[in-house]
Amino acid sequence: MQHGKYRFIVGFLALPLGLYALFVVWPFIQSIYYSFTDWTGLSPEFKMVGFDNYSRILDDEIFWKSLQHSLLFALLLPVVTISLALFFAFMINVGGRKRRNGPVVSGVRGSSFYKIVYFFPQVLSIAIVALLFAFAYNPDSGAINSILRGVGLDGVQPLWLGDPDLALWAVMAVLVWSTVGFFVVLFSAGMASIPAEMYEAALLDGAGRATTFFRITLPLLWDTVQSGWVYMGILALGAESFAVVQIMTTGPGGPDYSTTVMVLYVYQKAFRDGQAAYATTIGVALLVVTLAFAAVVMRLGRRERLEY
Amino acid sequence: MKTTQTPAPVPAESGAPVTKADIPPGPPLREKKEGTVLNAFSHGILVLWAFMVVMPLLWAVMTSFKDDRSIFSSPWSLPDTLHFDNWSRAWTEANMSDYFLNTVLVVGGSLVGTLVLGSMAAYVLARFDFPGNRFIYYLFIGGMSFPIMLALVPLFYVVNNMGLLNTIHGLILVYIAYSLPFTVFFLTAFFRTLPTSVAEAAFVDGASHSRTFFQIMLPMAKPGLISVGIFNFLGQWNQYMLPTVLNTDPDKRVLTQGLVQLAVSQGYKGDWSGLFAGLVMAMLPVLAAYIIFQRQVVQGLTAGALK
Repeated sequence: MQHGKYRFIVGFLALPLGLYALFVVWPFIQSIYYSFTDWTGLSPEFKMVGFDNYSRILDDEIFWKSLQHSLLFALLLPVVTISLALFFAFMINVGGRKRRNGPVVSGVRGSSFYKIVYFFPQVLSIAIVALLFAFAYNPDSGAINSILRGVGLDGVQPLWLGDPDLALWAVMAVLVWSTVGFFVVLFSAGMASIPAEMYEAALLDGAGRATTFFRITLPLLWDTVQSGWVYMGILALGAESFAVVQIMTTGPGGPDYSTTVMVLYVYQKAFRDGQAAYATTIGVALLVVTLAFAAVVMRLGRRERLEY
Repeated sequence: MKTTQTPAPVPAESGAPVTKADIPPGPPLREKKEGTVLNAFSHGILVLWAFMVVMPLLWAVMTSFKDDRSIFSSPWSLPDTLHFDNWSRAWTEANMSDYFLNTVLVVGGSLVGTLVLGSMAAYVLARFDFPGNRFIYYLFIGGMSFPIMLALVPLFYVVNNMGLLNTIHGLILVYIAYSLPFTVFFLTAFFRTLPTSVAEAAFVDGASHSRTFFQIMLPMAKPGLISVGIFNFLGQWNQYMLPTVLNTDPDKRVLTQGLVQLAVSQGYKGDWSGLFAGLVMAMLPVLAAYIIFQRQVVQGLTAGALK
């Protein structure tokens, strides 16, 4: 029986673990190794160059630009997205006024409708969302500028994605648009598990909405907010920002690299410029930024766990 | 909308409101007024956001039925006649049908593979004690937090060397590998919550370990499989970065890739209406599926972040 058990374990683990090791773990280890070489990716030959790639990063202006933008994505996007989502989730779940014979705590009228609609963008591919908004932002025939014309703002016709000062914000707005709904639903699930007596007690004490939110909802929801924050930050540093920046901005990377982000820069160095080793070095920098971000958020957000 | 939730149960004459200490008690009349303004304001924002979510989607649907000229001249007007030809052109000439088929093949294959392999690994990790169990578990979990882009450069060459570049089955294998971390994480937790007694009884009755797994445990794990299945389905259907790097053959493109390529090549010969039709075509199935299976989708997706 013992023998059978181990044969079973090996049999069941071999395939998944093998695939995972081959396509995820092994390339990951390789990339750290490659960052110490001068590999172009085009030919199999390369030699070790020590920390050359890392010192090259220090003088690479575009790298610093992309780092700056990536940090902005990781810090500002979650703040805006999560704040909006907290407000919506609170209104939807707690913000309603008491109806006769109804539960003490309830959402505003039509809250289930809002929850369904807000979630729409989440099921769409970020690539498709990016394409859609690239058209909407079109300065001449896009939906946004034509709305501005429609309300009499003929003079205000920004170039949006073509304007180096605006492009980054326009791109970030799309990510907010596409992610808020997810957090509304996530926070709603969290709020639903807060006992109604707590709200009841607060109401009896005469607490208004704002007080209820800051004294009860937010502290009890803090764990969810924090993990949501880390989750959003990792997304904003990685796959999501890659798709929006690559698809939406010209170049890609925007006018004068005004929208480039670290993931996009890795991609360009590896697959456009034939500098695979340098690309993996930027990738390592991205890994460091991601881990540091997660660590900082976890540390700053640490609070005493509330039991309820 | 006259009162907010500042509640009636605490009328002014009900004695000393000791408990109100935290909140500065304003004159009731002003409080009421402020509440109304705030209320209208909050409702307004909720409605506004719903508009902002729906309008771009409606705009896309509308545009997909217009001819090229009116797309540019009047972006917000309704189509004069419904140009269904945009849709048929996109479906046939712009290869949307091929992209659809490729996507269905890739996602179908990788979804089944992810669920089977993921649940096998998770079951073993959750239910059996053996040296290295923890190490393998954390090896899988670690994959959730690192940037895929870092591995993508060497991955390209691994896939290339195996002769799997630009193939459907190659893409399937890679999708499975990158879906495993979350799937294993989620299902391990799920298998731990299932009762052991049933499996033990089956085993005592002479069922082998694998038979116990496939005939007893897997059916019991159905709710978990559905949640994680929806999560993976959406993730794989919407995947853009992996195919962009590993799948450069125009005939093998998946939906997201194909659409972006169409847009890059100026909406194939400047056919913007066809491009919009393609865009809507790619959006509708998932939106429809979401509206129908709304509850399961939401549970599946949020379970991911909450656990």
